[in-house]
Amino acid sequence: MSTAVDSPHFVRANQVEALPPPNLTRGPIAWARENLFSGPFNTLLTLVVLYLLYVSIPPLVEFLFIDAVWTGTGREACRAETAGREVGACWAFIWDKINYFTYGSYPADERWRVDTFFVLLAIGVVWLLWLRAPRRDLGAIYFFWLFPVASYIVLTGGNADFGAGFWTGFLIFGALLIGLFTLIAALLKTSIRPALLIGGGIVAVIGITLALVDFDWGLQNVPTSLWGGILVTLLVATVGIVFSLPFGVLLALGRRSKLPIVRMASVIFIEFVRGVPLITVLIMANTMLPLFLPGDITVDRLLRPLIGTAFFASAYMAEVVRGGLQAIPKGQYEGAMSLGLSYPQMMVFIVLPQALRIVIPGIVNTFIGLFKDTSLVAIVGIFDLIKTIEASRIDPEWAAPTISYTGYAFAAFFYFIFCWSMSRYSLGVERRLAAGQKR
Amino acid sequence: MQTVVSQTSPPKKSVLYDPKVRGVFYQALLVVVVTYLFYVATTNAIENLQRAKIASGFGFLDVTAGFDISQTLFQFSAAGSTYGEAFLIGLLNTLLVSAIGIVFATILGFTIGIARLSSNWVVAKVAMVYVEVLRNIPLLVQLLFWYIAVLGSLPHPRNSYEFGAGFYLNARGLFMPRPLYASDAWLIAAAFLVGLVGTFIYRRWAWRRQEQTGEQAPVGLVSLGLILGLPVATWLVLTLAGANPIGVEMPERGTFNLTGGMQILPEFVALLLGLSTYTAAFIAEVVRAGILAVSRGQTEAAGSLGLTPGQTLRLVVIPQAMRVIIPPLTSQYLNLTKNSSLAVAIGYPDLVQVFMGTVLNQTGQAIEVIVITMGVYLTISLITSYFMNIYNRRVAIVER
Repeated sequence: MSTAVDSPHFVRANQVEALPPPNLTRGPIAWARENLFSGPFNTLLTLVVLYLLYVSIPPLVEFLFIDAVWTGTGREACRAETAGREVGACWAFIWDKINYFTYGSYPADERWRVDTFFVLLAIGVVWLLWLRAPRRDLGAIYFFWLFPVASYIVLTGGNADFGAGFWTGFLIFGALLIGLFTLIAALLKTSIRPALLIGGGIVAVIGITLALVDFDWGLQNVPTSLWGGILVTLLVATVGIVFSLPFGVLLALGRRSKLPIVRMASVIFIEFVRGVPLITVLIMANTMLPLFLPGDITVDRLLRPLIGTAFFASAYMAEVVRGGLQAIPKGQYEGAMSLGLSYPQMMVFIVLPQALRIVIPGIVNTFIGLFKDTSLVAIVGIFDLIKTIEASRIDPEWAAPTISYTGYAFAAFFYFIFCWSMSRYSLGVERRLAAGQKR
Repeated sequence: MQTVVSQTSPPKKSVLYDPKVRGVFYQALLVVVVTYLFYVATTNAIENLQRAKIASGFGFLDVTAGFDISQTLFQFSAAGSTYGEAFLIGLLNTLLVSAIGIVFATILGFTIGIARLSSNWVVAKVAMVYVEVLRNIPLLVQLLFWYIAVLGSLPHPRNSYEFGAGFYLNARGLFMPRPLYASDAWLIAAAFLVGLVGTFIYRRWAWRRQEQTGEQAPVGLVSLGLILGLPVATWLVLTLAGANPIGVEMPERGTFNLTGGMQILPEFVALLLGLSTYTAAFIAEVVRAGILAVSRGQTEAAGSLGLTPGQTLRLVVIPQAMRVIIPPLTSQYLNLTKNSSLAVAIGYPDLVQVFMGTVLNQTGQAIEVIVITMGVYLTISLITSYFMNIYNRRVAIVER
């Protein structure tokens, strides 16, 4: 059988000489040649970037570390003419003011209470974010109920002193609420027991919360006008996350609801809040909240931006949660319904646990955004970290040319460490979740 | 007959179990609660406003403003201009800084996004560090840094940095020559317009020809020539003919300040720098994700068809990446526009600073001012997302 190819073709008759072995394929020089100098354009790029690094990095290191002033008690230490040398960052200034940056004007004797708040917060965050932590359901109860109440008491001093009239009113309200639940159960012809349990549970939770706040713990009352610094920054962020998660879930469910009015209300709220800048929401909370309340009620200056940020974060959180809800296969909903679960049961036991789990990275990213946005409360006059730095920057005791740079560098370090570690965490979770999908 | 009907009809249930009845009940409850809250808020607001003797309505827009604004795109004076004009000035300033910021952020963001994917190790790492650092520090800190720490350390006007050609930099901003347009300058503008229209027509022609014959025309070069070349040629012809269409007013250095020329406020520069470098970090991530989303097979297929790497990037990868890039890119543009409201922290007269700041404080008409300001941002957002939806529908992959 001959192949019927009549075009002339080339067949090599003798063996070709083997090529010499490549002289370098491993080691730093080969690596550099391949990754840095693989062509004329790449070489030029590398040289330009290296030059830019040479111009920018050494002065930065010199400023931040080598020429920096680490100890000192006043401006003399940080002025070139009195210190007698080049002066870089004035870390002595940060060190001198660190208590102010952390606690604001919180009374010095009571600062252990702020530390307690930090510890409580850390426990809650670790409990919720560490995926293999024990009893994370208890962690959720802690973070969304016990921790806010405890923080409120520790920071303000509690002892709200409601008085007997209030408690009588509360008892009547509680009795009415339980009665209402029983009535509904009777109308629906179901057993009365769960209705009593749910009604009693709600009344008990509200009652215990109010009782804890009312109780005199013997703590001195610290008005919010004295709070400041990192305390306020973390507080705004914490209130934002504690409030925005449950409210965001509700909004997301509302947006995916079959009831047209509920859906429309959720869409309007979410799109409205996402369409305007946070600063306008903060100014609105600052100026319009007092207008909308009866004249004799005053809203705490710190509470107004807290409400603003909480609502703002909820809208963004709702969109993240909605993404998770949409990613759950329809079969999960149908399976739940075919088991005869009611809508709340289906959501609480089947859909939300899966949906929230896959959007953990999105939630953390929203929280990073929220954490950065807390700096905006400085614009409406709240003494957060930025505002305390702005106030200390112009302190004549520390009037030196590099003070402003140092203050902003400190703020940048602070925010960077928080945000960067959160983004690392979210990347880690993302990888862990993706691992299950890979086969 | 009747027995059959009674057998198929479902067993009698309480209406309370009917999902429709429940739906109506829940929605009615929501409407009642929202209406009640709205009613309480309105009555309280009316009462509070009356007690504080604050007028209501939008009449204040015609009242003389009585304050000055540092950067105005049209004539504005404290004595003769109204709050309505102040609102327009603020709005224009917001749009100005957003538009220029978007241009810079896009250029920088695309550069860094592509640099992060570079095979050059140093370039990729530097781009990564840029993105990580800028994304994880609040914009407010960055703005304050640019404004107070960098621009605040610029010298007094007497010791301005001089770059030549009439460019000066000092603590009061950047000074540059101001172009003076003579009466025949409209010819140059007309030439520019003709260039634009010509480019549009030429591109359509080139596209049609490529569809039919497969031949490519040098679109980029011809477009550049038409858009830039025509006005320059017109200018040259006019100058040679003895007319002087565009003159220049140089800033003059006085004892205490520079006079004449064009001054760009340091607030504007700081806001522009802060906004564009910050948003560029986010755009870089969007671009990187978009390019990575184009599957490797596309590049390989283009290579096996004999396209050069440049053609592959231009004709295969980028058009497909754009489909992924454009939606998040638009939301970054919107973020930049919304973030420009941080101008209030450094005193650039944008919408929030002028209207929600000064005007609100002077008139006390919080509700009207806040409604107008939020309305502006909402309108911008809604219009953008409307066009976004149209675009998405056009570029969506048509599936079977």
